[in-house]
Amino acid sequence: MTRNYNPETAPASPNEDNYLTVAMPKGRIFEEALGLLRRAGYELPPEFDDSRKLIIDVPEAELRFILSKPMDVPTYVEHGVADAGVAGKDVMIEEERDVYEVLDLQISECYMAVAALPSYDSKADIAPKIATKYPNLAAGYFREQGEQVEIIKLNGSIELAPLIGLADRIVDIVSTGRTLKENGLVETETMMPITSRFIVNPVSYRMKAERIDDMVERLEKVVEGDGQS
Amino acid sequence: MTKPFMFEKPVGMRDTLPELYLLRQQVRSTVAGEVARWGYAPIATPALEFYDTIGEASATSDTQLFKLLDQQGHTLVLRPDMTAPIARIAASTLEEVQRPARLTYDANVFRAQQREGGKPAEFEQLGVELIGDGTASADGEVIALMIAALKKAELPNFKVAIGHIGFVNTLLREILGTEERADTFRRYLYEKNYVGFKQAVKQLPLSSIDRQRLSGLLNLRGGFDILEDAERLVETEAGAAALGELRALLDVLRAYGLEDEVVIDLNLVMHMSYYTGMVFEAYSDELGFPLGGGGRYDELLEKFHRPEPATGFAVRLDRLTEALGRAKESVTVSYAIVYSNERRTEAMKKAAELREKGQAAVMQDVRGIADLDAYCAQFDNVEYLIGTNGSENSRGGAVL
Repeated sequence: MTRNYNPETAPASPNEDNYLTVAMPKGRIFEEALGLLRRAGYELPPEFDDSRKLIIDVPEAELRFILSKPMDVPTYVEHGVADAGVAGKDVMIEEERDVYEVLDLQISECYMAVAALPSYDSKADIAPKIATKYPNLAAGYFREQGEQVEIIKLNGSIELAPLIGLADRIVDIVSTGRTLKENGLVETETMMPITSRFIVNPVSYRMKAERIDDMVERLEKVVEGDGQS
Repeated sequence: MTKPFMFEKPVGMRDTLPELYLLRQQVRSTVAGEVARWGYAPIATPALEFYDTIGEASATSDTQLFKLLDQQGHTLVLRPDMTAPIARIAASTLEEVQRPARLTYDANVFRAQQREGGKPAEFEQLGVELIGDGTASADGEVIALMIAALKKAELPNFKVAIGHIGFVNTLLREILGTEERADTFRRYLYEKNYVGFKQAVKQLPLSSIDRQRLSGLLNLRGGFDILEDAERLVETEAGAAALGELRALLDVLRAYGLEDEVVIDLNLVMHMSYYTGMVFEAYSDELGFPLGGGGRYDELLEKFHRPEPATGFAVRLDRLTEALGRAKESVTVSYAIVYSNERRTEAMKKAAELREKGQAAVMQDVRGIADLDAYCAQFDNVEYLIGTNGSENSRGGAVL
């Protein structure tokens, strides 16, 4: 689904065939998702030789993977340049993209949390400042809690903010809690559990229904099997 | 905000340059032609409407409305869709017109957005409204007409998904008991969040049968035969009635011979909340966004104090053009006559001849061109009428 007026400048697209384009976050989630796909019976090579590649074609399984930043996966899928993708629930809440969230893959389990220095006193906090990579998610959460806060968007090393006085609290994703501990922060609220989701473009969901339903069904079996064992 | 640069436009606003304009014009006339042949009468409405009437009735979220004030201080909106303005006319000016009324429009609508590119805030919709007919035949007609128009536009590979919001509402209410709970689940469907839907099913204190019925709703996608699965889920008369409507609609579509183009998706819940019955959306594998859609809205006219059933569709012409842009090659044979002073009459005669035949012809005085080769390179045919008759003069060498 290349969206271009000029056929000559449009990138070669495998979509004419039965190819399925799947956007994946680089790194650990990609590896875990590949594991799920292998167990679901997809013929994938044991490892992909060039890890710097951004587009990986797997002709045996008629799959094309697009590797991107985790936060960008829903964007690719919404615009239809990828038929499907794997995205964390944190990213889904932050980005609010118009895509189908069809399956909880139950990989890379973690949760969103509010954290602060142990000395933090919420009653003394008059104009609470929250530092986070997830301004939209954080704003929504505190609004629901009935608390007005000021959000400061950071792109990484969020734990720094309370240590050097940029913000009083942070909102971030937590898997083991080690990073928080090492920086002397404590969790003050657990917000929501996070897992990776299988997401689908609304047009692909109909135009490639057969292939996508098949993939979802096979993945679902693997995921449910894991849940029971 | 800093002062915009000279070349900047507000977010989501687009220019249409000649090449795209011509392509869209072609698409527009094809679709409009088909609609006209089905007997729909064209109407136009103003771009500005009152916030309290159209803004309210259109069911577009407040953040998506462009608002401004008139001199008396009334809040106005740039129309966010065409269905509500047409409902306004149908309930007022056209109140006395014989029903069922078949109306069509082709207009730009406006929906503000603050995100990145790829989503225009102003776009052209061509659509129809069939007002005062509550039958399945009317629903079938608007779907069949949209498909006929897309086919006429030579859109290669497309599908139309059909749902029924009445069925979804009845089933949810039937299983969940309260409107509040039903609303939660409806929102999950609207947000396309099946994971959230399934989790909510697990969390509610329901019987295992009801749980299965709720999850079963998510599986109601596929061919016409999926209706049999749907039948197993409903228990009340209201549910059966909604399914009956859908079955009648499918009979109509079968009679039109549209089994290949149509798929059933009973989870389809559309953005516009005024829909009450069947809803549908069209997709092409050339584009990542739906090309158009519509549905039955039997309660919208009530907001304009004239309750009556109505159904319709709208095609996004910008998206349809984009989907066709790759599939279709634009054919513009162009002709230029470059002339000098003394042969102007000859050039005029030649141009008039060509234009009479329907061929576009540019007449250009050679003295007005700075770079003759570069200028002429953009035309398929160039005729030089330069110098005294018979002898060709060099560039710009008009003999005075």
